[in-house]
Amino acid sequence: MNRLALLSGIAVATAGLLAALAPVAEAQGTTPRKGGVVRMTAPYASSFGNLDPHMSGRSQDGQVHMTIHRTLYIWDSAKGAPALELATAATASAGGTVWTLKLREDAFFHNGRKMTADDVVWSFTRLMSSGQGFVGARWIRLVQGAVAVEKGEAKEISGIKKLGEFEVEISFTQKVEPGFLFYNMTTSILPQEEVAKPTWATNPVGLGPFKFKEHIPGSRLVTERFDKFYKPGLPYLDRVEFPIMAEASARDIAFRNKEVDTSILGPVQYVAYNNDANLKKNILEVAEVFTRSMVMNHGVKPFDDKRVRQAINHAINTQIIVERLARNKAYRATSWLPITVPGYDQDMKPYAFDPAKARALLAEAGLPNGFEFEWTTSQNESWGLPIVEAVIPMLAQVGIKVRTKVVEVAVLTDLALKGEFQAYIGSSQTGPDPLQTLRCFHSATPRTSCNVSGYKNADYDKLLDEAGTTDDPARKLDLLKKANWHLYDAAPVWFFNYNKAALAYQPWVHGLLGNPTELVHQYPEFIWVDATSPAK
Amino acid sequence: MLGFVIRRLLQMIPMLVAIALLIFVLFSVIPGSFATGQQDEGLGLDMAVVARMRAELGLDDPLYVRFGKYVQQLATLDLGVSFRSRQPVIEMIGARMWPSLKLTIAAMAFAIAIGLPLGFVAALRPGSLMDLGLMVIAVSGLSLPKFWLGILLMYLFALTLGWFPSFGYGQGGLSHLVLPALALGVSPMALLARTTRAAVLDIMNADFVRTARSKGMNEYRVVVWHVLRNALVLVLTTIGLQFGSLLGQGVVVEKLFAWPGIGSLLVDSVFQRDIPAVQGCILVITVFFLVINTSVDIAYKLIDPRIRYT
Repeated sequence: MNRLALLSGIAVATAGLLAALAPVAEAQGTTPRKGGVVRMTAPYASSFGNLDPHMSGRSQDGQVHMTIHRTLYIWDSAKGAPALELATAATASAGGTVWTLKLREDAFFHNGRKMTADDVVWSFTRLMSSGQGFVGARWIRLVQGAVAVEKGEAKEISGIKKLGEFEVEISFTQKVEPGFLFYNMTTSILPQEEVAKPTWATNPVGLGPFKFKEHIPGSRLVTERFDKFYKPGLPYLDRVEFPIMAEASARDIAFRNKEVDTSILGPVQYVAYNNDANLKKNILEVAEVFTRSMVMNHGVKPFDDKRVRQAINHAINTQIIVERLARNKAYRATSWLPITVPGYDQDMKPYAFDPAKARALLAEAGLPNGFEFEWTTSQNESWGLPIVEAVIPMLAQVGIKVRTKVVEVAVLTDLALKGEFQAYIGSSQTGPDPLQTLRCFHSATPRTSCNVSGYKNADYDKLLDEAGTTDDPARKLDLLKKANWHLYDAAPVWFFNYNKAALAYQPWVHGLLGNPTELVHQYPEFIWVDATSPAK
Repeated sequence: MLGFVIRRLLQMIPMLVAIALLIFVLFSVIPGSFATGQQDEGLGLDMAVVARMRAELGLDDPLYVRFGKYVQQLATLDLGVSFRSRQPVIEMIGARMWPSLKLTIAAMAFAIAIGLPLGFVAALRPGSLMDLGLMVIAVSGLSLPKFWLGILLMYLFALTLGWFPSFGYGQGGLSHLVLPALALGVSPMALLARTTRAAVLDIMNADFVRTARSKGMNEYRVVVWHVLRNALVLVLTTIGLQFGSLLGQGVVVEKLFAWPGIGSLLVDSVFQRDIPAVQGCILVITVFFLVINTSVDIAYKLIDPRIRYT
């Protein structure tokens, strides 16, 4: 063959190959594509509870709120810290109790009006309005004067001052980092004139990258791009849709059928997807800020004895339960703080499975023949009856007999808050703020807040009190680690696991973030789909 | 006839009042409350917010005060406001009613279209292989759990064959309706097949059928004109009862297929202790059941003119 012809042929073939590959390379590349639709399943219930972000703290509602609304801060999953969002600058004074926040001057509500400091003042005041149970009030209560509004003694929160059209000063009753309070969607900044309309409950208006389009209760909710969103070039997508799919099996089929783009995986699906060569490539995993444990009531003997609590931790083969029952869709817990929260110590080893040591500890505590207790549990597959049933024989081996009391989750919460239990198994939010998390075991924290076990220890209190007042971040982190170690030793609970959230996503979906506060909570302005997406 | 209808409608009132009272008392005494069930995981509840919520929703009022308010609202056909969404319950149910009715009607249509002929054909050939085969299908339909059947239908017709979407309501089109209707309709289809077979067999041996045959009437006319019409009276009761109860039975199917019906609203509301929504849903389902039953009684008269109501 003529050499020139050969070279030409090679050139042509190469060009053709490159041309053929180019769309694929571009599609799989890192260049976000404008347009398209993402269908993110709402997996936790058969409906959205409330489209008003001030009214609902439920995870499923939060998915929609993050799409339509915005807050002063957001959660930066990469840094594991809150980041400025509607606020562009934050300056502390007076020992960290007064914060001056400069606001964005280019944030528009979906009705076209620009956000100002008045909206921040109004939104926070609304949250504290007496007579209405706004879930977000818990984050505003630390603002000076907020409680007076809550009790109906004042109409305005004295601790919030408007300094300018785009500047506010917020005074707190104690030293805080406002980002940990105001990244919560329940503190969203809302437009007063829209909230006043009778259509507010069914037609929310916010500052988010997408505006509300359609809601078929019990089926799906659709949002569409808001072109005046303040981040240039964002969002990429035309629409974000939320098909409501509470059943894991149905979600699995819909995902495999490419009818949805994301699916939270339960333990069974987690194993199946990891065993599938194709599906396992697109699973996003993160250690969420939830610790599963058996909480022991320290007001009930013998749980007031540290040796008994340690014995229980030694008696249970936690590793095998995580592997076999939780199917490794969990991380073995060492102490209270989970992996993604500052203060977690990588060097901390979990309690060893050691029934002999457990028996020895029980004997030391004056219980050589063990004891009996009632274990309250729900039917939850990850932290409920199946776990309890697996643990019972392990405890029996060291002489501890268990009676189970099975209740609904709503009832479990009631019983826990009233202290009407001996021990219960549940899931606790343990982040992202380590100080607030560890305060759950402070003596001054009542059971009705989160000190459900009733733990009291002066040394522990001292550690936390100092961590709350120090201005030295390194010192603060050290104190928090020490406090976490203290809990490890004191074993107020049986440390079971930290939740491992797993989200399967289709190969054409990009820009998802491993949000440890809740994996389904995605900031949708960063999500894009490539040209292979079938959704139109 | 008109008198009968009015009497039946009036009889519904005390029944509905009794049910309303029962639901109210039941949900007032069962443990757990809406306010404390507001967090998905963890016990990060703010008790001051819980207290405000309880005050706002009237959960701290004495039982008799709450019941009085409830009865007062009911008298004006006001089903109250949902704890979760703060929307009028009647609006919430209204949005879910048509999808539920659509699913129920479709399921029942399937059940009648398949179950009646199945039972009829089986009865015409009693003891035959066809009879046995058809009855095996019927028994299977009664035995299969709806949840499992629904997953199977999704797997086969959506994932494998790609004929229908696996879930959702879509824009309300037929393609989304097929699989949930099949899943819901198989059980009443099976029951109808068996009931029809039994009714037809019973009538086939009646004297008037033997008389008709001995008069030389052809078999087709005997079966359609004499047997079927009389069998329908017996089958109608089953159809009515099934139709009335399907609205409530749709819970599992609605949840599985993400169908926006009243059943899934009821389940969610129960778990979250959204009492007004629970009360509203149960009342609506009860009214539906009672209306259907009354309609069946009226339909008897149309099928069999000999029936007289006192």
